[in-house]
Amino acid sequence: MSDKKPISSVNDFVVRFANVNGSGSASANEMFARAILRHGVPVSPRNIFPSNIQGLPTWYEVRVTEAGHLGARGGVDMMVAMNPQTWDKDVAGIEPGGYLFYDSTKPMPSTKFRDDITVIGVPLTAITNSTYTDPRQRQLFKNIIYLGALSALLDMDPKLIEQLIGEQYKGKEKLLSSNVHALHLGRDWALQNLKCPIGLRVKKSDKVGDRIFIEGNSAAALGAVYGGATVCAWYPITPSSSVAEAFTAHCKKYRHDPETGKAKYAIVQGEDELASIGIVIGASWNGARAFTATSGPGISLMTEFIGLSYFAEIPAVIMNIQRAGPSTGMPTRTQQCDIIACAYASHGDTKHVLLFPEDPAEAFEFAAAAFDLAERLQTTIFLMLDLDIGMNHRLCRPLKWDDARQYDRGKVMTAEMLEEGRDFGRYLDVDGDGIPYRTYPGTHPTKGSYFTRGTSRDRYARYSEEGTVYADNMQRLVRKFETAQDLVPRPLQSNAERPTKYGVIYFGSTSPAMDEAIGLLEARGHQLDRLRIRAFPFHSSVASFLAEHDFVYVVEQNRDSQLRQLIVNENGIDPVRLVPIVHYDGTPITARFIAKAIGDHQDHLKVTPLRKAVS
Amino acid sequence: MTYIAKPKFHHPGLKKNSLGYTHRDYEGKISTLCAGCGHDSITASIIEACYELSIEPHRVAKISGIGCSSKTPDYFLGNSHGFNSVHGRMPSVLTGANLANRDLIYLGVSGDGDSASIGFGQFAHSIRRGVNMTYIVENNGVYGLTKGQFSATADRGSKSKKGVTNTDNAIDLVAMALQLGATFVARSFSGDKSQLVPLIAAAIGHKGASFIDVISPCIAFNNHAGSTKSFDYVREHNDAVNRLDVLVGRDPIAVDYAPGTVQVVEQHDGSKIALRKIDADYDPHDRLGAQTFLARHAAKGQIVTGLLYVDPDAEDLHEHLNTVETPLNALEADTLCPGSAVLDKINASLR
Repeated sequence: MSDKKPISSVNDFVVRFANVNGSGSASANEMFARAILRHGVPVSPRNIFPSNIQGLPTWYEVRVTEAGHLGARGGVDMMVAMNPQTWDKDVAGIEPGGYLFYDSTKPMPSTKFRDDITVIGVPLTAITNSTYTDPRQRQLFKNIIYLGALSALLDMDPKLIEQLIGEQYKGKEKLLSSNVHALHLGRDWALQNLKCPIGLRVKKSDKVGDRIFIEGNSAAALGAVYGGATVCAWYPITPSSSVAEAFTAHCKKYRHDPETGKAKYAIVQGEDELASIGIVIGASWNGARAFTATSGPGISLMTEFIGLSYFAEIPAVIMNIQRAGPSTGMPTRTQQCDIIACAYASHGDTKHVLLFPEDPAEAFEFAAAAFDLAERLQTTIFLMLDLDIGMNHRLCRPLKWDDARQYDRGKVMTAEMLEEGRDFGRYLDVDGDGIPYRTYPGTHPTKGSYFTRGTSRDRYARYSEEGTVYADNMQRLVRKFETAQDLVPRPLQSNAERPTKYGVIYFGSTSPAMDEAIGLLEARGHQLDRLRIRAFPFHSSVASFLAEHDFVYVVEQNRDSQLRQLIVNENGIDPVRLVPIVHYDGTPITARFIAKAIGDHQDHLKVTPLRKAVS
Repeated sequence: MTYIAKPKFHHPGLKKNSLGYTHRDYEGKISTLCAGCGHDSITASIIEACYELSIEPHRVAKISGIGCSSKTPDYFLGNSHGFNSVHGRMPSVLTGANLANRDLIYLGVSGDGDSASIGFGQFAHSIRRGVNMTYIVENNGVYGLTKGQFSATADRGSKSKKGVTNTDNAIDLVAMALQLGATFVARSFSGDKSQLVPLIAAAIGHKGASFIDVISPCIAFNNHAGSTKSFDYVREHNDAVNRLDVLVGRDPIAVDYAPGTVQVVEQHDGSKIALRKIDADYDPHDRLGAQTFLARHAAKGQIVTGLLYVDPDAEDLHEHLNTVETPLNALEADTLCPGSAVLDKINASLR
């Protein structure tokens, strides 16, 4: 029996599945998360996986959260320990009073357990082996059997799981019925042999609403389809590969001519990231909307081309699904660590537009917007996702599209405009926004052609090494970047209930943890105004926010506080007033972490006057 | 002066092609390369070939990397868009451009440093993908712009101008192109315009990856005794297997050839190539045979030139990808965007 009272919680707990990579557990685990959603209870699942295909440990964590906290919480209330390799660490990680679910087919020595947790053994292997003979079936159905047992232990409605199985195996009757059978094998065993339910329970609610459950990479790829991308060139790299794969799948469904069956898109798996970005630049130069998806090491390889895009003013969209660096770093762990690398990518004086979506819904919106921005600004636009958003299913508002929306193709001089006698200077700023007109190759027999080059040239694209001509062009590029400030998504501010001189800046995947942390901090008596930055260059409201607060915490997921550096650098702010709050161990940032870090700092700031202390 | 304007006026009696353009309409800016550079002869040959084919100049996209050769697209087809891109990366830029608009003619101009050293990978992959292009390497065996370092096509044992002997093995881009599946492979010499012009014309007419290696002596850094890329050396060791005529809208039979000496190849665009055989046994439809022939002759120090391989029925990347006939850059939201109704269904499937 446990020394500590078992945790009792309805719709608010964390279940972690410890599996072996390649054992087919992913789909059963995902079904567990979806089943809870079908109860009307929000969940936030996360894959924690190694850079490996088969055999190594992998975890899947489901945060059940009626309150809708979608950030990682930290801690585990129930461990489904299916991997002997990680057993000790897994058992040690359970919160006191938590639950351990394991395969009890083989007896385990009592030293392998803990006194302060509830141990639930189900002879999964024995049940599986007595029912199935095929080894692969044994492995796969074992996962469904534990799902069935969990449904009984957590008081879940089996009908909702059956419904999910029905949807997944629609038209495949045999698979459908055998999965339902396996589900009930586990469920019935638990109901007959264990005390069900346990202290952790799922109760039907109505907190999910019309929200959808989607991975950020898939949403970004869908944004590219809606945003009119026709050329995608990519090179496989974790955690970005699923962007291109999802784009391929979406295009197969939505981008084939119904009559001819022909493709209204071209996808090329490049030989490397250099080729991928080269193809994107070539296609964009020629008037198509093109993008690539990559991660940190790919960005490093692309930087020469990114400088060309900046200087020769060629649109490009790069989706950077960030992972922990430097070098190969931790390929399967999340970070927001390429902020500086992307903002100033390439040699010479360069600056680039970065977009920071907070979740899949924004990944969709910003991906589509990136193509408008790239063509409007004629430069590279980075869509900065990370592994946490990209490779995990996240509950988010439904995706929306306005059918009246047209693509903004930017300043393109057509054959008609050239015929009218409009003055075409490829690098001529005609209206003060720093953005020149361009022509597509092949536009007009005698007018509008020009020679694109990475070397300096005058306003009419004629080669020049004159210092004044070069500087004139560089100054125009600065003007263009200023124009970008008002075109990119603006920061979103939300103020504390009471006026406060403390603020916090955050961005991207930190969002849900930050929202939750605010509640925790308020409970400790700390009031903070919040500013979520959604793009670089920074809108003027960032400077205003900094001016309005004595101290501003900058919360981010990298070691060197890169966004803070960028803010200090671009806004000329006294760095002392910007307090870095950094989380960079490769796991997603949590509300607990943020609340502790900010809370502790706030407590330090409340210095007790000396006289008062001694009196 | 950093920009040299070229006078536009020309003799009123200049010959015109079927589109009404004169030779001058295919010219570009004045070359800034060294006087006597082989590359300028290639530029002249490109101009000649485009004029002969009556190509609308603005329907050509000329793309290059970095180096002396890559500067040359500024010196021809002044009414075409050109793109002097990144060192060694012409092939990827060209591939992207080609995907965006399949209706233009793509001329990739590169050098031996650009294609055999820094861009060897991109050269290889653009060819194995079957990008519809004419890929010309202006091959002089040295880095000219940086003053005379060996490139990867410099033959082992050849001497630099400073007297250094090259100890690295040479890359033969023609052999590579054959191995990688190029569907039109040729080699020529910048000093032999009569061979080069029809080869360029035939390559432009070919649908698929066309590759031409043009030995183009560097007058400044690689035209001395001991070099295997000098005018004298190439002239002495040139072993042409055939010479050709490209015939657009003409009956090749009307041209007077001795029987049995001419092979006619009909191209995808309707043009015909009349191949006048020099080596009677050479079959330009035999990829393996071409590879062996090339290797045998290279071992003897001979530079095999001519149309070495052609597959007139080749497929290109667009066929592999099954893309629509309309250029992708001409598609707008109405055909590209699935719309809100579809998105609602997608949303419903994600709950």
